Amino acid sequence: MRVHLEGVQVRIDSATIVEDIDLVAEPGQMLGLVGPNGSGKSTILRSIYRSIRPSMGVVHLDDDDVWRLSAKESAQRSAVVAQEAPAEFDLTVTEVVAMGRTPHKRILERDSLEDARIVADGLARVEMAEFSHRSFATLSGGEKQRVLVARALAQQSRVLILDEATNHLDIHAQLGLMELVHGLGVTVIAALHDLNLAASYCDAVCLVNRGAVVAVGSVSEVMTPERLAEVFGVRAHCGVHPITGRPLLTFGPLEQSPSLIPTNSHTPDHRLLTTKERSR
Amino acid sequence: MSVRAPEARFETPPSTGKKASKGAPNLLGGALFPPFLLFLAALLVFSGLVALSIGAVSIPLAQVWQIVLRHLTPGGEKSTLVQDRIIWTFRAPRVVLAMVAGAGLSVAGTALQALVRNPLADSYILGVNQGASLGAVAVLVLGSSALGGIGLSTAAFIGAMVALALVFLLGQRSGRSNPTRLILAGVAIGHLLSAATSYLVIHANTQALAGVLFWLLGSFAGAKWSQLPIPTAVVLATTGWLILQRRGLNALLMGDESASALGVNLYRFRVRLLVACALVSGTIISVAGSIGFVGLMIPHIARMLVGADHRRVLPVAALLGASYLVWVDLAARTLERPSELPIGIFTALLGAPFFLWLMRRRDCQGVAV
Repeated sequence: MRVHLEGVQVRIDSATIVEDIDLVAEPGQMLGLVGPNGSGKSTILRSIYRSIRPSMGVVHLDDDDVWRLSAKESAQRSAVVAQEAPAEFDLTVTEVVAMGRTPHKRILERDSLEDARIVADGLARVEMAEFSHRSFATLSGGEKQRVLVARALAQQSRVLILDEATNHLDIHAQLGLMELVHGLGVTVIAALHDLNLAASYCDAVCLVNRGAVVAVGSVSEVMTPERLAEVFGVRAHCGVHPITGRPLLTFGPLEQSPSLIPTNSHTPDHRLLTTKERSR
Repeated sequence: MSVRAPEARFETPPSTGKKASKGAPNLLGGALFPPFLLFLAALLVFSGLVALSIGAVSIPLAQVWQIVLRHLTPGGEKSTLVQDRIIWTFRAPRVVLAMVAGAGLSVAGTALQALVRNPLADSYILGVNQGASLGAVAVLVLGSSALGGIGLSTAAFIGAMVALALVFLLGQRSGRSNPTRLILAGVAIGHLLSAATSYLVIHANTQALAGVLFWLLGSFAGAKWSQLPIPTAVVLATTGWLILQRRGLNALLMGDESASALGVNLYRFRVRLLVACALVSGTIISVAGSIGFVGLMIPHIARMLVGADHRRVLPVAALLGASYLVWVDLAARTLERPSELPIGIFTALLGAPFFLWLMRRRDCQGVAV
């Protein structure tokens, strides 16, 4: 399913959070949304899954305006895995995944055997089948996120939105989640803090800063040292991943902390400099 | 360590190994759920019959059963026995009101805890009880004529609704409301209204004071059949509606973003839930006084027994709450016979130790409450 944001602006009270957002995720593509804290990544995502209504602009899922669909219809098309799920209430894994069936059910309709099959299938695809009767609250962070992906699968939507879903996960769980999502074949829009996760898994990235899109395109087009210096205030070096051959970013110390740069090191200093500085 | 019975309606593979059985949340959530619900219904009927038979005049259970049956059979001949009058005119409305109030407060508490995603919520947190109290106390202290001739129940109901409207208006910003803001607004309004109530109480004469205290702690004394239709209808309708909304309520447990993404129209759903809960609480408080603890604890006990899925929690909370208040009311009217005690004393006195025991037992099993 194609996701297309056209001139989206979101205001909360009188503050403009994001403005002039134009963005396309092609069917089956994985689009990464990167940017500093508070740049508006989550707000953009929330305008797609109907959590916050844009004050201007349109969000299209294929040919339909999300905000003209009913809440239910939109939920049949897009699902969300957010940062951290609250677990004050004691639900089982199966119950959490079964929630994914919510947008497909009418008010008096009971859960059918078909629903049960879909739920079990979702859990099997994220390899959590043997956890089905566990209490959700007792799972580890990585396991919880897998269960929420299973819930998204049970929702049978063709767009999956990840809102910093890899935060708080250990490195194995982060890679596991990204690989799982990458292999699903649905359109994925993921807000990511880790630029290298974006570089490794995304077909396209969108760099956001201060509520506006700075650049959209392939990883190597968008994440240039100049832009990263401008947006994040870091010195970045773009290399190549030795195994996957995909772009790999390394970051030098900030200018305020010269103590981190060894004075008599054998490492050539220019590696840590941005291209701009190197050319001087 | 108990292994939970596989859920009958889901064809998930049976739990295997240690990992899967560890932390199984409850015994009664699976295949045992329907029999458990039947058991609770039977318990409610039994509790009602026991409460009818005990009092200043003890009447054997068998005779109670006969009298109740006779009244429930259409066209049955009316008895002129004294026992008949005691049971049907004096005790029965009281028992039914206790059931209705227990079910209503428990169901409203369950929904409110999901609404604000906070296990400490009940109707107190929205200022509903404090609003109702102010209305009722104003009538008791100032007299009905000072307030345009409205009765105590009406004043309490108006107080509850005004409190809710205030909390709702102050707890939202530009058409959005979030749980924290609702709780804060509710707590602030609640304290404000309590202060006004306290001011009135200080200025009350001793005669009015006893009535005020009784009302603030709740009581089913003086329940009449004529009072029952409205609360009963409101509680039944709301419980039914909430059970229909079980999916939405479940979705709320996982956070606002989650609920939106699952197709819940968050704002509209919140407003409807608030109105439904305030309506139930306001109606009950207006006839029975401000009864605490039930709306807070019964939902927890229900969740401990059958898990957090509202499909199961709501009916269990309703039945459990109904039975519970029947027993509490029985204690309130028999322990210091011939005088009556307010039930607010007993709801916590009987409930808190049991709740604490249940909580500690669950902690031992290493399950998050």
